[in-house]
Amino acid sequence: MSETLESTVRRICRSHGGDPTRLMDIARDVQDRFGCVAPAAMDLISRITGAPRVEVESLVSFYSFLSRSPKGQVVIRLCDDIIDRMHGYHRVARAFSEELGIGLGETTADGKISLERTACIGLSDQAPAALVNEVPVTELSTDRAREIVAGLREHMDPRRLVTRSGDGQNAHPLVRAMVRNNLRQVGPLVFSEQVRGKAISNALAMSPAEVIRAVKNARLRGRGGAGFPAGMKWEYARASTGERKFVIGNADEGEPGTFKDRVLLTELPDRVFAGMTIAGYAIGAKEGILYLRGEYAYLRPYLEAVLAQRRSDGLLGPKVAGKNPFAFDIRIQMGAGAYVCGEESALLESCEGRRGDPRNRPPFPAQKGYLGGPTVVNNVETLCCVTKILEAGPAEFAQHGSTGSTGTKLLSVSGDCRLPGIYEVPFGTPLAEVLRLAQGEDAFAVQVGGPSGQLVSRTEFTRTIDYENLATGGSIMVFGPGRNLLEIVHAFLEFFADESCGYCTPCRAGTAFLLRMVERIAAGRGEPADLARMEELGLTMKAASRCGLGQTAANPVLTSLVNFRPVYDALVKEDPEGFRRSFELDKAVMEAELLSGRRSKHAGIEKGGHR
Amino acid sequence: MSGPVTILIDGVEVSARPGQTILDAADEAGIYIPRLCHLPGLAPFGSCRVCTVTANGRPCASCTTPVTPGMIVENDTERLREMRRQIVEMLFSEGNHFCMFCEKSGNCELQAMAYRLGIPASRYPGIWPVRDVDSTHPDILIDRNRCILCGRCVRASRDVDGKQVFGFVGRGHGKRIAVLGDARLRDSGVDVTDAAIDVCPVGAILRKGTAFRVPIGQRRFDKEPIGADIEARKEKP
Repeated sequence: MSETLESTVRRICRSHGGDPTRLMDIARDVQDRFGCVAPAAMDLISRITGAPRVEVESLVSFYSFLSRSPKGQVVIRLCDDIIDRMHGYHRVARAFSEELGIGLGETTADGKISLERTACIGLSDQAPAALVNEVPVTELSTDRAREIVAGLREHMDPRRLVTRSGDGQNAHPLVRAMVRNNLRQVGPLVFSEQVRGKAISNALAMSPAEVIRAVKNARLRGRGGAGFPAGMKWEYARASTGERKFVIGNADEGEPGTFKDRVLLTELPDRVFAGMTIAGYAIGAKEGILYLRGEYAYLRPYLEAVLAQRRSDGLLGPKVAGKNPFAFDIRIQMGAGAYVCGEESALLESCEGRRGDPRNRPPFPAQKGYLGGPTVVNNVETLCCVTKILEAGPAEFAQHGSTGSTGTKLLSVSGDCRLPGIYEVPFGTPLAEVLRLAQGEDAFAVQVGGPSGQLVSRTEFTRTIDYENLATGGSIMVFGPGRNLLEIVHAFLEFFADESCGYCTPCRAGTAFLLRMVERIAAGRGEPADLARMEELGLTMKAASRCGLGQTAANPVLTSLVNFRPVYDALVKEDPEGFRRSFELDKAVMEAELLSGRRSKHAGIEKGGHR
Repeated sequence: MSGPVTILIDGVEVSARPGQTILDAADEAGIYIPRLCHLPGLAPFGSCRVCTVTANGRPCASCTTPVTPGMIVENDTERLREMRRQIVEMLFSEGNHFCMFCEKSGNCELQAMAYRLGIPASRYPGIWPVRDVDSTHPDILIDRNRCILCGRCVRASRDVDGKQVFGFVGRGHGKRIAVLGDARLRDSGVDVTDAAIDVCPVGAILRKGTAFRVPIGQRRFDKEPIGADIEARKEKP
C-alpha cells in the first residue's frame, strides 16, 4: 500500500515538474486520487519537491477542498449560505443526513460518502444547490436528496446524477451540467454578438501603448468590486521591468450571491481569453493564467478545449496571428475552496503553491507579482469588457453607463424574487429598476455587493448601481418581508469568520467577536452598549485590517446598524434588576461542575433566585 | 536611490532613507510606535496591526509601509491609541492569557503593551479556545494558549536558523503554529540555542527550567514601560 502511495505521489509530483510552486496542483491531484492528503503523502511531497514539510501542511490545512484525513469516495458539499437557507437548505441537509445516516462533516462507515457544508458555490439562482465531487446539483428538495443518495449507493458515479442538461453551453458534451444560465437581460456590451478574433486583430494592429490608451479612453474600471482603473493597472505593469510578465484572469468569484463569472465562463470563454491575450500584448507578457475557483472545476475540461481550439486557430500560442505577431499562452490554475484567494495578492500566493494569505503592499502585483514578475490580475468580466472595447472601440463602450462608471454591469440577482439570474444593466441603473426586472419589488432589504457590500433598506432603493453610489462586484441578494435581519447578518459574519485567513488580528479575532456578539443579541441577551461596541470594533476592523476581506468583514454589521437600527434597538435592553444580561451563570459554572463531578449550588439560579 | 527624505510624524520632522519603513524611521528618531509582531532583524510581517498609523490620512501598518517624501504620519492620537487598545484586547480575548500564573509576566510584550496603553481589562467576550501544549522537548515548551500568531518564530526559524521548523496551519480563528507539519517539538530538530526560541514576545515558546529566575522588580518591564529604550534614543534638545 505504501509502495502505491509513494509511486503515485512521485508520479503526480513528476507530472507537475516536481515544482514546489505547483503545490496546489500536486495537492489537488493527491486529494483526488486518495481522498485526502495524508501526513505520509505530505512527507513525500515535501521530500520530492523540496518544499518545507510545514509549508505543505500549511497549504493542505488552508483550503477547504483539501483534507489531511480521509474523505469518502464521493463528497457531497451542500452550499450553506443565506440564500440556500432561505430556499430550504436545512430541510435538504436533514434529508441527506437521515438518508446517509451521518451528520455534516462525517463520512459513512463504509468510507464511501462524505457530507459537508461549504460556502457559496455560485448557484444562488438555483438554490439549494450542492457539489457532488465536481458535479453541481441544483434546485434540491428533500425528495431529490433521497434520490441522489439512492443513486450514489447504486453506482457511486456523480456524473450519472445529471438527469437533464442546462441551457446553452451547459449542454456541451464536455460540461453536461444541469446548471441553467438564467440569463435574464442581455445588454449591449458584454453579451453582445461577438466576432471571434476581431478584438485581437484590432489590438495587434495597434501598438501596446495605443491598446492601453484605448482601455483608458473607455474609462474601464475593475468589475471584481474594487473598481481600479484597468488601463492604469496595465500601464504600471507595462512600465515595470521584469523578464517574465504575467496576465491572470481572476475567475475565483467567491462573494456569496455572485455567479456572473460562472455564466461568462460557460457562454463567453473566448471573450475572456481574448481579453487576457490583449492584456498580454499590452503589458508585454507571454504567459497567462486563468485562476478558476475549485467550485467551477466542472467547467475545466470545456475551458481546456476552448484553449486548445484557440491555439489551433492561431489566437494563442507561439505566434498569435496579427499585424504584430507575439507569443502568448494561457494555463488554468485550479483553486481549492478559499474566498480570500479572490483578493489578487492572495491569488498570487495560491498560484505559487502556498496558502492564500494576502501579501503586504507595496510592492503591488503590477510591480512584483507572480513569481516576482510584473503581473496584471483582472476579473473575468473586466476581461470581457476589454475584448468589447477592442472590438467596437472605446467610444462605443463609454457611451453606455454614467460618466464615472462607463459600460454595463453584470448583476447576479438571487433571493426573494421571481426571476433570479443574470442581468446586464448600464451603470447608473437604480436598484428599484433591478428589483422590478427581477420581480422582487416587495423586498424589505437588499444586500448589494455580497456580504462585503451593504445591506440597504427600502428608502434607499432609489440609489443607483455604480462606483460612486452602490458599488458592487455583482451580487444582489433580495430579502422579502418576513425575513429575519439578524439571521442574515449572522450568516454573513459566519462566512467571514470561516474565510478569514487569520493573518491579521482585527480580521481573525474581530470576525469571531462580532459573530458572538450578534449571536448574543439574537438570543435576547444583548445590552444597548453592545451596539456601540460592535460599531467601534467594526470601524477598527475596517481601518486596521490588512486586506480587503478584513476591511469589509464588518460591513454586514456596520451597514445594518445604520439602515435597520430599530431592529437592533428592539432586541437589546437593560436588565431591570441591573443584572448583566450577557452573563449566563449556568454556562459559566458548567466546566467546574464537570470537573468536580457535582452540581453547583448556584446551578439553575437565573436572576434573583428564580430557577 | 537618492538622498534622505523628510517625513512628519505627529508634526515632528523626521529624516528617513528612501525605502525605509515608517516604523524604522521612527525608531531611529526615538519615536516609539507600539508594535508586537515586528522585531528588528526579522522580515517585516504586518500581522498584529498594533503599529497602525495614518500615512497621508490613510491607515496602514507602519512596519510594512515605506516612507514617501513629505509623508504626513499620525501616530500618537487618541483615535489610534484607542484602535491599538482594541487590537491588544482582541489578542487577550481570543487566546487564554492568565498573566498572574504566567512565567513570562514582567517580560511579556503583550502584557507590557496592555500596561503602556492603559488597558484594565478586555471588553470583548472571552472565547476560551482549547489549544495544544507541547512539552515533549527536554528544553523547550510551546503553549499555544498564549500564542498571538505574530510569526516571529516562523520567520526566525526560516531566515535566521535556516530550519523552517515552525509554520502556520489552519485559517481564521483556528489558525495555529505547527511544528514541521504535525511533529512534536522533540522530533522537530529545534534546538534551545535557536533564534526562534528567543523571539517569542509572549509566553508561548518557553525555555524550560528558567521560570521566575529573575525576581520581581528586576524583570524586563518592571522599571520601564515597553518602548522606553526606543524613546531614549531621542536627541535631547
